[in-house]
Amino acid sequence: MIPAIVVFIYLAIVLYVGLFAFRKSTGSKEDFFLASRSLGPWVFLLTVFGTNMTAFAILGSSGLAYQRGIGVYGLMASSSGLIIPLTIFLIGTRLWALGKRHGYMTQVQYFRDRWECDGVGTLIFAVTSLMMIPYIVIGMMGGGHTLEELSGGLVPYWLGGAVVAIVVMAYVFFGGMRGVAWVNALQTVLFLAFGAIAFYLISRNLGGFDRIIGEIAASPKDSALLTRQRISPQEFFSYAFIPLSAMMFPHMAIMCLTAEKVTSFKRTVVWYPICILLIWLPSVFLGIVAAHQYPGLKMGESDDVILRLLVGNTDIIVAGILGAAIMACVMATDSQIMALSTMFSQDVFAHYGGTKRYGESMQVWMGRAFVVVIAVISYILALILEGQKSIFDLAIRFGFSGFAALAPVMLGALFWRRSNKWGALAAVLWVVACMAVMWWLQSYSNAMAPKPGQPPVPIFQELGALFLRTPSNVTIHGYMPVMFMCIGSAVWMFVVSLLTKGPSTATIEKFFPKKSNA
Amino acid sequence: MKTKHIVLSVWVAIVFALHQDIWNWTKGTPLLFGMLPPGLTYHLGYSVLAAVTMALLVKYAWPAGLDDDKQEPKTPPDKDAP
Repeated sequence: MIPAIVVFIYLAIVLYVGLFAFRKSTGSKEDFFLASRSLGPWVFLLTVFGTNMTAFAILGSSGLAYQRGIGVYGLMASSSGLIIPLTIFLIGTRLWALGKRHGYMTQVQYFRDRWECDGVGTLIFAVTSLMMIPYIVIGMMGGGHTLEELSGGLVPYWLGGAVVAIVVMAYVFFGGMRGVAWVNALQTVLFLAFGAIAFYLISRNLGGFDRIIGEIAASPKDSALLTRQRISPQEFFSYAFIPLSAMMFPHMAIMCLTAEKVTSFKRTVVWYPICILLIWLPSVFLGIVAAHQYPGLKMGESDDVILRLLVGNTDIIVAGILGAAIMACVMATDSQIMALSTMFSQDVFAHYGGTKRYGESMQVWMGRAFVVVIAVISYILALILEGQKSIFDLAIRFGFSGFAALAPVMLGALFWRRSNKWGALAAVLWVVACMAVMWWLQSYSNAMAPKPGQPPVPIFQELGALFLRTPSNVTIHGYMPVMFMCIGSAVWMFVVSLLTKGPSTATIEKFFPKKSNA
Repeated sequence: MKTKHIVLSVWVAIVFALHQDIWNWTKGTPLLFGMLPPGLTYHLGYSVLAAVTMALLVKYAWPAGLDDDKQEPKTPPDKDAP
Protein backbone atom coordinates (compact mmCIF):
# COMPACT_ATOMS: atom_id res chain seq x y z
CA MET A 1 0.00 0.00 0.00
CA ILE A 2 2.93 2.36 0.70
CA PRO A 3 3.82 2.74 -3.02
CA ALA A 4 0.20 3.65 -3.71
CA ILE A 5 0.31 6.29 -0.93
CA VAL A 6 3.43 7.81 -2.52
CA VAL A 7 1.56 7.93 -5.82
CA PHE A 8 -1.38 9.67 -4.12
CA ILE A 9 1.04 12.29 -2.72
CA TYR A 10 2.38 12.77 -6.23
CA LEU A 11 -1.15 13.21 -7.58
CA ALA A 12 -1.77 15.86 -4.91
CA ILE A 13 1.37 17.74 -6.06
CA VAL A 14 0.20 17.56 -9.67
CA LEU A 15 -3.19 18.90 -8.62
CA TYR A 16 -1.53 21.77 -6.79
CA VAL A 17 0.54 22.66 -9.87
CA GLY A 18 -2.65 22.79 -11.94
CA LEU A 19 -4.40 25.00 -9.40
CA PHE A 20 -1.34 27.26 -9.19
CA ALA A 21 -1.52 27.67 -12.97
CA PHE A 22 -5.16 28.76 -12.52
CA ARG A 23 -3.98 31.62 -10.28
CA LYS A 24 -1.72 32.81 -13.11
CA SER A 25 -4.47 32.80 -15.72
CA THR A 26 -5.88 35.96 -17.29
CA GLY A 27 -9.23 34.45 -18.19
CA SER A 28 -8.87 35.01 -21.95
CA LYS A 29 -9.32 32.18 -24.43
CA GLU A 30 -5.73 32.58 -25.68
CA ASP A 31 -4.60 32.07 -22.12
CA PHE A 32 -6.82 29.08 -21.30
CA PHE A 33 -6.33 27.19 -24.57
CA LEU A 34 -2.73 28.20 -25.45
CA ALA A 35 -1.17 29.54 -22.24
CA SER A 36 -1.04 32.95 -23.98
CA ARG A 37 1.53 31.48 -26.42
CA SER A 38 4.14 32.07 -23.76
CA LEU A 39 6.12 28.85 -23.15
CA GLY A 40 9.88 29.30 -22.93
CA PRO A 41 12.44 26.91 -24.52
CA TRP A 42 12.94 24.42 -21.66
CA VAL A 43 9.30 24.15 -20.61
CA PHE A 44 8.39 23.84 -24.29
CA LEU A 45 10.88 20.97 -24.81
CA LEU A 46 9.76 19.09 -21.70
CA THR A 47 6.09 19.67 -22.50
CA VAL A 48 6.26 18.62 -26.15
CA PHE A 49 8.21 15.53 -25.21
CA GLY A 50 5.96 14.73 -22.24
CA THR A 51 2.90 15.13 -24.44
CA ASN A 52 4.15 12.44 -26.79
CA MET A 53 5.29 10.10 -24.00
CA THR A 54 2.19 8.05 -23.27
CA ALA A 55 1.45 4.90 -21.31
CA PHE A 56 1.19 3.11 -24.62
CA ALA A 57 4.73 4.19 -25.53
CA ILE A 58 6.42 3.33 -22.24
CA LEU A 59 4.54 0.29 -20.96
CA GLY A 60 3.82 -0.90 -24.49
CA SER A 61 7.46 -0.66 -25.62
CA SER A 62 8.73 -2.77 -22.70
CA GLY A 63 5.92 -5.25 -23.28
CA LEU A 64 6.81 -5.46 -26.96
CA ALA A 65 10.54 -5.81 -26.17
CA TYR A 66 9.60 -8.70 -23.86
CA GLN A 67 8.03 -10.46 -26.85
CA ARG A 68 10.28 -9.37 -29.74
CA GLY A 69 13.65 -8.29 -28.37
CA ILE A 70 16.02 -5.35 -28.65
CA GLY A 71 14.88 -4.51 -32.18
CA VAL A 72 11.95 -2.68 -30.62
CA TYR A 73 14.32 0.21 -29.83
CA GLY A 74 15.17 0.65 -33.52
CA LEU A 75 11.56 0.00 -34.48
CA MET A 76 9.93 2.55 -32.19
CA ALA A 77 12.58 4.85 -30.73
CA SER A 78 15.53 5.61 -32.99
CA SER A 79 13.39 6.22 -36.09
CA SER A 80 11.15 8.52 -34.00
CA GLY A 81 14.30 10.25 -32.79
CA LEU A 82 14.92 11.42 -36.35
CA ILE A 83 11.45 11.74 -37.87
CA ILE A 84 9.60 13.50 -35.02
CA PRO A 85 12.10 16.36 -34.53
CA LEU A 86 12.31 16.63 -38.32
CA THR A 87 8.52 17.12 -38.53
CA ILE A 88 8.64 19.60 -35.64
CA PHE A 89 11.41 21.44 -37.49
CA LEU A 90 9.60 21.50 -40.85
CA ILE A 91 5.94 21.61 -39.83
CA GLY A 92 5.76 22.70 -36.18
CA THR A 93 7.66 25.94 -36.74
CA ARG A 94 5.45 26.90 -39.68
CA LEU A 95 2.27 26.07 -37.78
CA TRP A 96 3.55 28.28 -34.98
CA ALA A 97 4.13 31.16 -37.40
CA LEU A 98 0.67 30.74 -38.97
CA GLY A 99 -0.92 30.62 -35.53
CA LYS A 100 0.84 33.77 -34.46
CA ARG A 101 0.11 35.61 -37.72
CA HIS A 102 -3.53 34.61 -38.18
CA GLY A 103 -4.61 33.77 -34.64
CA TYR A 104 -5.16 30.04 -35.25
CA MET A 105 -5.63 27.86 -32.20
CA THR A 106 -6.16 24.52 -33.95
CA GLN A 107 -4.97 22.90 -37.16
CA VAL A 108 -8.59 22.64 -38.39
CA GLN A 109 -8.90 26.45 -38.39
CA TYR A 110 -5.88 26.59 -40.66
CA PHE A 111 -7.18 23.87 -42.98
CA ARG A 112 -10.55 25.64 -43.33
CA ASP A 113 -8.83 28.87 -44.41
CA ARG A 114 -6.15 27.24 -46.50
CA TRP A 115 -8.63 25.27 -48.58
CA GLU A 116 -11.44 27.81 -48.48
CA CYS A 117 -13.81 25.10 -47.31
CA ASP A 118 -15.57 24.38 -44.02
CA GLY A 119 -16.45 20.82 -44.99
CA VAL A 120 -12.91 19.45 -45.30
CA GLY A 121 -11.99 21.06 -41.98
CA THR A 122 -15.07 19.55 -40.35
CA LEU A 123 -14.23 16.10 -41.77
CA ILE A 124 -10.66 16.32 -40.46
CA PHE A 125 -12.04 17.49 -37.10
CA ALA A 126 -14.38 14.48 -36.92
CA VAL A 127 -11.75 11.93 -38.01
CA THR A 128 -8.99 13.20 -35.70
CA SER A 129 -11.36 13.57 -32.73
CA LEU A 130 -12.56 10.00 -33.12
CA MET A 131 -9.00 8.71 -33.38
CA MET A 132 -8.08 10.56 -30.14
CA ILE A 133 -10.73 8.95 -27.93
CA PRO A 134 -8.97 5.54 -27.57
CA TYR A 135 -5.81 7.29 -26.29
CA ILE A 136 -7.74 8.95 -23.49
CA VAL A 137 -9.61 5.78 -22.57
CA ILE A 138 -6.42 3.71 -22.50
CA GLY A 139 -4.85 6.36 -20.23
CA MET A 140 -7.71 5.98 -17.76
CA MET A 141 -7.35 2.20 -17.91
CA GLY A 142 -3.59 2.52 -17.37
CA GLY A 143 -4.16 4.70 -14.32
CA GLY A 144 -6.57 2.20 -12.80
CA HIS A 145 -4.31 -0.77 -13.43
CA THR A 146 -1.16 1.02 -12.21
CA LEU A 147 -2.71 1.99 -8.88
CA GLU A 148 -4.19 -1.48 -8.47
CA GLU A 149 -0.79 -3.07 -9.12
CA LEU A 150 1.16 -0.72 -6.83
CA SER A 151 -1.33 -1.11 -3.96
CA GLY A 152 -1.34 -4.89 -4.19
CA GLY A 153 -5.03 -4.80 -5.11
CA LEU A 154 -6.14 -2.60 -2.18
CA VAL A 155 -7.07 0.22 -4.57
CA PRO A 156 -9.45 -1.44 -7.04
CA TYR A 157 -9.32 -0.68 -10.75
CA TRP A 158 -12.50 1.41 -10.73
CA LEU A 159 -11.22 3.60 -7.88
CA GLY A 160 -7.75 4.04 -9.37
CA GLY A 161 -9.25 5.05 -12.70
CA ALA A 162 -11.63 7.47 -10.94
CA VAL A 163 -8.78 9.10 -9.01
CA VAL A 164 -6.76 9.59 -12.20
CA ALA A 165 -9.81 10.93 -14.07
CA ILE A 166 -10.65 13.41 -11.31
CA VAL A 167 -7.07 14.66 -10.86
CA VAL A 168 -6.49 15.13 -14.61
CA MET A 169 -9.91 16.70 -15.06
CA ALA A 170 -9.31 19.11 -12.16
CA TYR A 171 -5.97 20.48 -13.24
CA VAL A 172 -6.98 20.75 -16.91
CA PHE A 173 -10.30 22.36 -15.90
CA PHE A 174 -8.65 25.02 -13.76
CA GLY A 175 -5.17 25.38 -15.23
CA GLY A 176 -6.01 25.00 -18.92
CA MET A 177 -3.03 24.72 -21.25
CA ARG A 178 -0.68 26.36 -18.73
CA GLY A 179 -1.58 23.70 -16.15
CA VAL A 180 -1.10 20.95 -18.75
CA ALA A 181 2.28 22.37 -19.81
CA TRP A 182 3.62 22.72 -16.27
CA VAL A 183 2.41 19.28 -15.22
CA ASN A 184 3.87 17.72 -18.38
CA ALA A 185 7.22 19.41 -17.75
CA LEU A 186 7.22 18.13 -14.15
CA GLN A 187 6.26 14.63 -15.28
CA THR A 188 9.01 14.51 -17.91
CA VAL A 189 11.67 15.58 -15.41
CA LEU A 190 10.37 13.02 -12.93
CA PHE A 191 10.45 10.21 -15.43
CA LEU A 192 13.88 11.11 -16.80
CA ALA A 193 15.34 11.30 -13.29
CA PHE A 194 13.68 8.30 -11.69
CA GLY A 195 13.83 6.15 -14.80
CA ALA A 196 17.62 6.18 -14.46
CA ILE A 197 17.37 5.41 -10.72
CA ALA A 198 15.01 2.51 -11.40
CA PHE A 199 17.36 1.14 -13.99
CA TYR A 200 20.25 1.20 -11.52
CA LEU A 201 18.32 -0.24 -8.56
CA ILE A 202 16.76 -3.10 -10.52
CA SER A 203 20.16 -3.93 -11.99
CA ARG A 204 21.81 -3.97 -8.55
CA ASN A 205 19.10 -6.13 -7.01
CA LEU A 206 19.30 -8.66 -9.84
CA GLY A 207 23.08 -8.92 -9.55
CA GLY A 208 23.89 -6.75 -12.59
CA PHE A 209 22.39 -6.62 -16.06
CA ASP A 210 25.62 -8.00 -17.53
CA ARG A 211 25.00 -11.29 -15.72
CA ILE A 212 21.37 -11.49 -16.92
CA ILE A 213 22.17 -10.50 -20.50
CA GLY A 214 25.03 -13.02 -20.49
CA GLU A 215 22.57 -15.74 -19.45
CA ILE A 216 20.10 -14.66 -22.15
CA ALA A 217 22.89 -14.73 -24.77
CA ALA A 218 23.80 -18.26 -23.70
CA SER A 219 20.20 -19.50 -23.77
CA PRO A 220 19.16 -21.08 -27.10
CA LYS A 221 15.53 -20.20 -26.31
CA ASP A 222 16.03 -16.52 -25.41
CA SER A 223 19.13 -15.45 -27.34
CA ALA A 224 16.97 -14.26 -30.26
CA LEU A 225 15.83 -11.41 -27.98
CA LEU A 226 19.30 -9.86 -28.37
CA THR A 227 18.90 -9.82 -32.16
CA ARG A 228 16.20 -8.59 -34.54
CA GLN A 229 15.16 -12.06 -35.68
CA ARG A 230 11.60 -11.59 -34.40
CA ILE A 231 11.09 -8.50 -36.56
CA SER A 232 11.10 -8.74 -40.35
CA PRO A 233 13.17 -6.23 -42.40
CA GLN A 234 9.98 -5.16 -44.21
CA GLU A 235 8.20 -4.40 -40.95
CA PHE A 236 11.26 -2.60 -39.61
CA PHE A 237 11.44 -0.40 -42.71
CA SER A 238 7.75 0.41 -42.99
CA TYR A 239 7.40 1.15 -39.27
CA ALA A 240 9.51 4.27 -39.90
CA PHE A 241 6.39 5.87 -41.43
CA ILE A 242 4.59 5.78 -38.07
CA PRO A 243 6.40 8.80 -36.51
CA LEU A 244 4.99 10.95 -39.33
CA SER A 245 1.88 10.90 -37.17
CA ALA A 246 3.43 13.31 -34.67
CA MET A 247 2.43 16.55 -36.35
CA MET A 248 -1.09 15.40 -37.23
CA PHE A 249 -1.87 14.58 -33.61
CA PRO A 250 -4.06 17.53 -32.57
CA HIS A 251 -2.39 17.73 -29.13
CA MET A 252 1.07 18.00 -30.72
CA ALA A 253 -0.04 20.57 -33.30
CA ILE A 254 -1.78 22.67 -30.66
CA MET A 255 1.23 22.36 -28.36
CA CYS A 256 3.38 23.87 -31.11
CA LEU A 257 1.23 27.00 -30.94
CA THR A 258 2.10 27.58 -27.29
CA ALA A 259 5.77 28.52 -27.80
CA GLU A 260 6.66 32.11 -26.99
CA LYS A 261 9.19 32.40 -29.82
CA VAL A 262 10.05 30.29 -32.82
CA THR A 263 13.55 29.94 -31.39
CA SER A 264 12.01 27.80 -28.60
CA PHE A 265 11.80 25.04 -31.19
CA LYS A 266 15.59 24.91 -31.61
CA ARG A 267 16.28 23.31 -28.24
CA THR A 268 13.33 20.95 -28.69
CA VAL A 269 14.40 19.50 -32.03
CA VAL A 270 18.03 19.03 -30.97
CA TRP A 271 17.33 17.41 -27.60
CA TYR A 272 14.30 15.38 -28.64
CA PRO A 273 16.35 12.35 -29.88
CA ILE A 274 18.35 12.33 -26.65
CA CYS A 275 15.20 12.44 -24.52
CA ILE A 276 13.84 9.50 -26.52
CA LEU A 277 17.07 7.60 -25.91
CA LEU A 278 16.91 8.27 -22.16
CA ILE A 279 13.34 7.02 -21.88
CA TRP A 280 13.16 4.20 -24.41
CA LEU A 281 16.50 2.54 -23.70
CA PRO A 282 15.61 1.58 -20.09
CA SER A 283 12.09 0.61 -21.17
CA VAL A 284 13.27 -1.74 -23.91
CA PHE A 285 16.14 -3.08 -21.84
CA LEU A 286 13.89 -3.83 -18.86
CA GLY A 287 11.51 -5.63 -21.23
CA ILE A 288 14.37 -7.99 -22.21
CA VAL A 289 15.37 -8.50 -18.58
CA ALA A 290 11.75 -9.24 -17.68
CA ALA A 291 11.62 -11.92 -20.38
CA HIS A 292 14.37 -13.69 -18.41
CA GLN A 293 12.79 -13.05 -15.00
CA TYR A 294 9.12 -13.75 -15.82
CA PRO A 295 9.05 -16.12 -18.80
CA GLY A 296 5.89 -17.24 -20.55
CA LEU A 297 3.74 -14.09 -20.47
CA LYS A 298 1.42 -13.71 -23.47
CA MET A 299 0.88 -10.58 -25.58
CA GLY A 300 -0.94 -8.02 -23.45
CA GLU A 301 0.11 -9.70 -20.19
CA SER A 302 3.66 -8.45 -20.80
CA ASP A 303 2.62 -4.77 -20.75
CA ASP A 304 3.07 -4.49 -16.98
CA VAL A 305 6.54 -6.05 -16.76
CA ILE A 306 8.13 -2.74 -15.72
CA LEU A 307 5.74 -2.54 -12.77
CA ARG A 308 6.53 -6.15 -11.83
CA LEU A 309 10.26 -5.44 -11.90
CA LEU A 310 9.78 -2.29 -9.82
CA VAL A 311 7.66 -3.87 -7.12
CA GLY A 312 9.83 -6.98 -7.01
CA ASN A 313 13.27 -5.36 -7.00
CA THR A 314 13.15 -2.01 -5.22
CA ASP A 315 12.40 -0.63 -1.78
CA ILE A 316 8.67 0.07 -1.35
CA ILE A 317 9.16 3.85 -1.03
CA VAL A 318 11.33 3.88 -4.15
CA ALA A 319 8.77 1.68 -5.90
CA GLY A 320 6.14 4.27 -5.03
CA ILE A 321 8.21 7.15 -6.42
CA LEU A 322 8.95 5.20 -9.54
CA GLY A 323 5.31 4.19 -9.77
CA ALA A 324 4.49 7.89 -9.68
CA ALA A 325 6.92 8.39 -12.56
CA ILE A 326 5.10 5.72 -14.55
CA MET A 327 1.85 7.37 -13.55
CA ALA A 328 3.25 10.52 -15.13
CA CYS A 329 3.33 8.74 -18.47
CA VAL A 330 -0.08 7.24 -17.98
CA MET A 331 -1.45 10.72 -17.34
CA ALA A 332 -0.27 12.08 -20.69
CA THR A 333 -4.01 11.98 -21.43
CA ASP A 334 -4.16 15.53 -20.07
CA SER A 335 -2.87 17.12 -23.27
CA GLN A 336 -5.21 14.98 -25.34
CA ILE A 337 -8.22 16.03 -23.26
CA MET A 338 -7.05 19.64 -23.53
CA ALA A 339 -6.69 19.32 -27.31
CA LEU A 340 -10.18 17.88 -27.74
CA SER A 341 -11.59 20.63 -25.54
CA THR A 342 -9.79 23.27 -27.63
CA MET A 343 -11.05 21.73 -30.86
CA PHE A 344 -14.67 21.49 -29.69
CA SER A 345 -14.75 25.01 -28.35
CA GLN A 346 -12.82 26.57 -31.25
CA ASP A 347 -13.75 24.48 -34.30
CA VAL A 348 -17.40 23.98 -33.35
CA PHE A 349 -18.57 26.47 -30.70
CA ALA A 350 -16.61 29.52 -31.89
CA HIS A 351 -16.73 28.60 -35.58
CA TYR A 352 -20.52 28.49 -35.60
CA GLY A 353 -20.89 31.83 -33.86
CA GLY A 354 -20.95 30.84 -30.18
CA THR A 355 -18.23 33.24 -29.14
CA LYS A 356 -19.73 36.11 -31.10
CA ARG A 357 -23.09 35.50 -29.51
CA TYR A 358 -22.13 34.68 -25.93
CA GLY A 359 -18.66 36.19 -25.51
CA GLU A 360 -15.10 34.98 -25.02
CA SER A 361 -15.61 34.15 -21.37
CA MET A 362 -18.40 31.73 -22.30
CA GLN A 363 -16.09 30.04 -24.80
CA VAL A 364 -13.56 29.40 -22.02
CA TRP A 365 -16.30 27.97 -19.82
CA MET A 366 -17.48 25.81 -22.74
CA GLY A 367 -13.89 24.56 -23.02
CA ARG A 368 -13.93 23.68 -19.33
CA ALA A 369 -17.31 21.94 -19.73
CA PHE A 370 -15.87 19.87 -22.58
CA VAL A 371 -12.98 18.85 -20.31
CA VAL A 372 -15.46 17.45 -17.79
CA VAL A 373 -17.59 15.74 -20.44
CA ILE A 374 -14.59 14.12 -22.16
CA ALA A 375 -13.08 12.93 -18.85
CA VAL A 376 -16.38 11.47 -17.60
CA ILE A 377 -17.18 9.70 -20.89
CA SER A 378 -13.65 8.29 -21.10
CA TYR A 379 -13.83 7.04 -17.51
CA ILE A 380 -17.19 5.36 -18.14
CA LEU A 381 -15.81 3.70 -21.28
CA ALA A 382 -12.74 2.57 -19.32
CA LEU A 383 -15.05 0.99 -16.73
CA ILE A 384 -17.55 -0.78 -18.94
CA LEU A 385 -14.97 -1.91 -21.50
CA GLU A 386 -12.24 -2.95 -19.06
CA GLY A 387 -12.07 -6.44 -20.52
CA GLN A 388 -11.83 -5.04 -24.04
CA LYS A 389 -8.45 -3.30 -23.56
CA SER A 390 -7.04 -5.10 -26.57
CA ILE A 391 -9.60 -3.34 -28.78
CA PHE A 392 -8.37 0.04 -27.58
CA ASP A 393 -4.75 -1.03 -28.04
CA LEU A 394 -5.65 -1.95 -31.58
CA ALA A 395 -7.49 1.31 -32.10
CA ILE A 396 -4.40 3.21 -30.98
CA ARG A 397 -2.20 1.28 -33.39
CA PHE A 398 -4.66 2.07 -36.17
CA GLY A 399 -4.79 5.65 -34.92
CA PHE A 400 -1.01 5.98 -35.32
CA SER A 401 -1.30 4.76 -38.91
CA GLY A 402 -4.25 7.06 -39.60
CA PHE A 403 -2.53 10.17 -38.23
CA ALA A 404 0.67 9.28 -40.12
CA ALA A 405 -1.26 8.85 -43.38
CA LEU A 406 -2.79 12.31 -42.92
CA ALA A 407 0.70 13.84 -42.94
CA PRO A 408 0.65 14.45 -46.75
CA VAL A 409 -2.45 16.61 -46.18
CA MET A 410 -0.48 18.84 -43.81
CA LEU A 411 2.61 18.84 -46.02
CA GLY A 412 0.52 19.75 -49.07
CA ALA A 413 -1.16 22.61 -47.21
CA LEU A 414 2.13 24.07 -46.00
CA PHE A 415 4.49 23.52 -48.92
CA TRP A 416 2.49 23.07 -52.14
CA ARG A 417 0.50 26.10 -53.17
CA ARG A 418 -1.40 24.16 -55.87
CA SER A 419 -2.90 21.73 -53.33
CA ASN A 420 -6.62 22.24 -52.86
CA LYS A 421 -9.66 21.06 -50.93
CA TRP A 422 -10.49 18.27 -53.37
CA GLY A 423 -7.05 16.76 -53.03
CA ALA A 424 -7.29 17.01 -49.25
CA LEU A 425 -10.77 15.49 -49.27
CA ALA A 426 -9.62 12.57 -51.45
CA ALA A 427 -6.62 11.93 -49.18
CA VAL A 428 -8.71 11.97 -45.98
CA LEU A 429 -11.34 9.65 -47.48
CA TRP A 430 -8.55 7.31 -48.61
CA VAL A 431 -7.21 7.17 -45.05
CA VAL A 432 -10.66 6.50 -43.58
CA ALA A 433 -11.34 3.75 -46.13
CA CYS A 434 -7.96 2.12 -45.51
CA MET A 435 -8.50 2.10 -41.76
CA ALA A 436 -11.92 0.49 -42.18
CA VAL A 437 -10.52 -2.22 -44.49
CA MET A 438 -7.50 -2.90 -42.25
CA TRP A 439 -9.72 -3.11 -39.17
CA TRP A 440 -11.89 -5.68 -40.92
CA LEU A 441 -8.84 -7.65 -42.09
CA GLN A 442 -7.41 -7.62 -38.57
CA SER A 443 -10.67 -8.94 -37.08
CA TYR A 444 -11.09 -11.49 -39.85
CA SER A 445 -7.60 -12.89 -39.35
CA ASN A 446 -7.50 -12.97 -35.53
CA ALA A 447 -8.24 -16.69 -35.40
CA MET A 448 -5.32 -17.54 -37.69
CA ALA A 449 -2.72 -15.27 -36.01
CA PRO A 450 0.57 -17.15 -35.44
CA LYS A 451 2.32 -17.15 -32.07
CA PRO A 452 5.35 -14.87 -31.46
CA GLY A 453 8.41 -16.35 -33.19
CA GLN A 454 6.32 -18.19 -35.78
CA PRO A 455 6.25 -17.05 -39.45
CA PRO A 456 3.33 -14.98 -40.80
CA VAL A 457 0.48 -16.79 -42.51
CA PRO A 458 -1.46 -15.79 -45.66
CA ILE A 459 -4.92 -14.43 -44.85
CA PHE A 460 -6.33 -15.40 -48.25
CA GLN A 461 -4.61 -18.45 -49.72
CA GLU A 462 -5.63 -17.48 -53.26
CA LEU A 463 -3.88 -14.09 -52.92
CA GLY A 464 -0.62 -15.61 -51.76
CA ALA A 465 1.59 -13.27 -49.72
CA LEU A 466 -0.41 -10.13 -50.49
CA PHE A 467 -2.08 -10.00 -47.08
CA LEU A 468 -0.12 -11.72 -44.32
CA ARG A 469 -1.04 -12.08 -40.68
CA THR A 470 1.75 -11.74 -38.08
CA PRO A 471 1.22 -12.34 -34.35
CA SER A 472 -0.08 -8.80 -33.91
CA ASN A 473 -0.58 -7.15 -37.30
CA VAL A 474 -1.89 -7.48 -40.82
CA THR A 475 0.84 -6.76 -43.36
CA ILE A 476 0.84 -6.17 -47.12
CA HIS A 477 3.63 -8.16 -48.75
CA GLY A 478 5.25 -8.08 -45.32
CA TYR A 479 5.13 -4.27 -45.04
CA MET A 480 3.06 -2.38 -42.48
CA PRO A 481 -0.15 -0.95 -44.04
CA VAL A 482 0.86 2.53 -42.86
CA MET A 483 3.45 2.71 -45.66
CA PHE A 484 0.83 2.16 -48.37
CA MET A 485 -1.63 4.44 -46.60
CA CYS A 486 0.93 7.29 -46.58
CA ILE A 487 1.97 6.79 -50.19
CA GLY A 488 -1.68 6.49 -51.31
CA SER A 489 -2.64 9.60 -49.39
CA ALA A 490 0.18 11.58 -51.03
CA VAL A 491 -0.81 10.30 -54.50
CA TRP A 492 -4.49 11.20 -53.99
CA MET A 493 -3.53 14.63 -52.71
CA PHE A 494 -1.28 15.25 -55.69
CA VAL A 495 -3.38 13.82 -58.53
CA VAL A 496 -6.78 15.15 -57.43
CA SER A 497 -5.36 18.61 -56.72
CA LEU A 498 -3.87 18.74 -60.20
CA LEU A 499 -7.11 17.59 -61.84
CA THR A 500 -9.26 20.19 -60.10
CA LYS A 501 -9.26 23.95 -59.81
CA GLY A 502 -6.50 25.41 -57.66
CA PRO A 503 -7.02 27.73 -54.69
CA SER A 504 -7.83 31.39 -55.26
CA THR A 505 -5.12 34.01 -55.76
CA ALA A 506 -6.11 35.65 -52.47
CA THR A 507 -5.54 32.39 -50.57
CA ILE A 508 -2.21 31.75 -52.25
CA GLU A 509 -1.05 35.29 -51.48
CA LYS A 510 -2.21 34.91 -47.89
CA PHE A 511 -0.35 31.68 -47.21
CA PHE A 512 2.54 31.95 -49.67
CA PRO A 513 3.51 35.62 -49.56
CA LYS A 514 6.29 36.73 -51.86
CA LYS A 515 9.69 36.88 -50.19
CA SER A 516 9.86 40.65 -50.45
CA ASN A 517 6.57 40.96 -48.57
CA ALA A 518 7.34 38.28 -45.99
CA MET B 1 17.89 25.77 -53.74
CA LYS B 2 21.14 26.76 -52.06
CA THR B 3 24.07 24.35 -52.11
CA LYS B 4 24.02 23.97 -48.33
CA HIS B 5 20.36 22.98 -48.46
CA ILE B 6 21.14 20.31 -51.06
CA VAL B 7 24.02 18.99 -48.96
CA LEU B 8 21.82 18.91 -45.84
CA SER B 9 18.99 17.17 -47.72
CA VAL B 10 21.39 14.48 -48.92
CA TRP B 11 22.76 14.20 -45.40
CA VAL B 12 19.26 13.67 -43.94
CA ALA B 13 18.54 11.04 -46.62
CA ILE B 14 21.77 9.22 -45.73
CA VAL B 15 20.93 9.32 -42.02
CA PHE B 16 17.45 7.98 -42.77
CA ALA B 17 18.97 5.14 -44.83
CA LEU B 18 21.44 4.32 -42.06
CA HIS B 19 18.49 3.34 -39.89
CA GLN B 20 18.20 0.11 -41.92
CA ASP B 21 21.26 -1.69 -40.48
CA ILE B 22 20.49 -5.07 -41.99
CA TRP B 23 24.05 -6.25 -41.21
CA ASN B 24 23.17 -6.31 -37.48
CA TRP B 25 20.01 -8.37 -37.94
CA THR B 26 21.14 -11.66 -36.46
CA LYS B 27 24.08 -10.50 -34.36
CA GLY B 28 23.51 -11.00 -30.62
CA THR B 29 27.16 -10.73 -29.60
CA PRO B 30 29.74 -9.36 -28.78
CA LEU B 31 28.18 -7.47 -25.90
CA LEU B 32 29.47 -3.94 -25.32
CA PHE B 33 30.15 -3.43 -21.58
CA GLY B 34 28.94 -7.00 -21.18
CA MET B 35 25.31 -6.00 -21.70
CA LEU B 36 24.68 -4.11 -24.98
CA PRO B 37 24.21 -6.29 -28.08
CA PRO B 38 25.46 -4.86 -31.43
CA GLY B 39 21.98 -4.00 -32.77
CA LEU B 40 21.12 -1.97 -29.68
CA THR B 41 24.53 -0.26 -29.51
CA TYR B 42 24.17 0.77 -33.15
CA HIS B 43 20.78 2.35 -32.60
CA LEU B 44 21.95 4.17 -29.47
CA GLY B 45 24.61 5.72 -31.68
CA TYR B 46 21.93 6.40 -34.28
CA SER B 47 19.93 8.42 -31.73
CA VAL B 48 23.01 10.57 -31.08
CA LEU B 49 23.51 10.95 -34.84
CA ALA B 50 19.88 12.11 -35.13
CA ALA B 51 20.53 14.78 -32.49
CA VAL B 52 23.67 15.91 -34.34
CA THR B 53 21.69 16.05 -37.60
CA MET B 54 19.03 18.21 -36.02
CA ALA B 55 21.73 20.50 -34.60
CA LEU B 56 23.15 20.89 -38.12
CA LEU B 57 19.71 21.71 -39.52
CA VAL B 58 19.10 24.27 -36.80
CA LYS B 59 22.48 25.91 -37.44
CA TYR B 60 22.49 25.90 -41.23
CA ALA B 61 18.86 25.57 -42.41
CA TRP B 62 16.71 27.35 -39.84
CA PRO B 63 13.58 28.61 -41.68
CA ALA B 64 13.90 32.35 -42.16
CA GLY B 65 11.15 34.89 -41.82
CA LEU B 66 8.89 32.97 -39.44
CA ASP B 67 9.35 35.29 -36.50
CA ASP B 68 9.25 38.62 -38.33
CA ASP B 69 5.57 39.33 -37.79
CA LYS B 70 5.56 41.33 -34.58
CA GLN B 71 1.88 42.19 -34.59
CA GLU B 72 -0.51 40.78 -32.01
CA PRO B 73 -2.28 37.54 -32.95
CA LYS B 74 -5.54 38.03 -34.79
CA THR B 75 -8.62 35.98 -34.12
CA PRO B 76 -10.21 34.46 -37.22
CA PRO B 77 -13.81 35.58 -37.67
CA ASP B 78 -16.61 33.21 -36.68
CA LYS B 79 -18.66 31.82 -39.53
CA ASP B 80 -21.81 33.84 -38.89
CA ALA B 81 -20.13 37.00 -37.71
CA PRO B 82 -21.71 40.16 -39.16
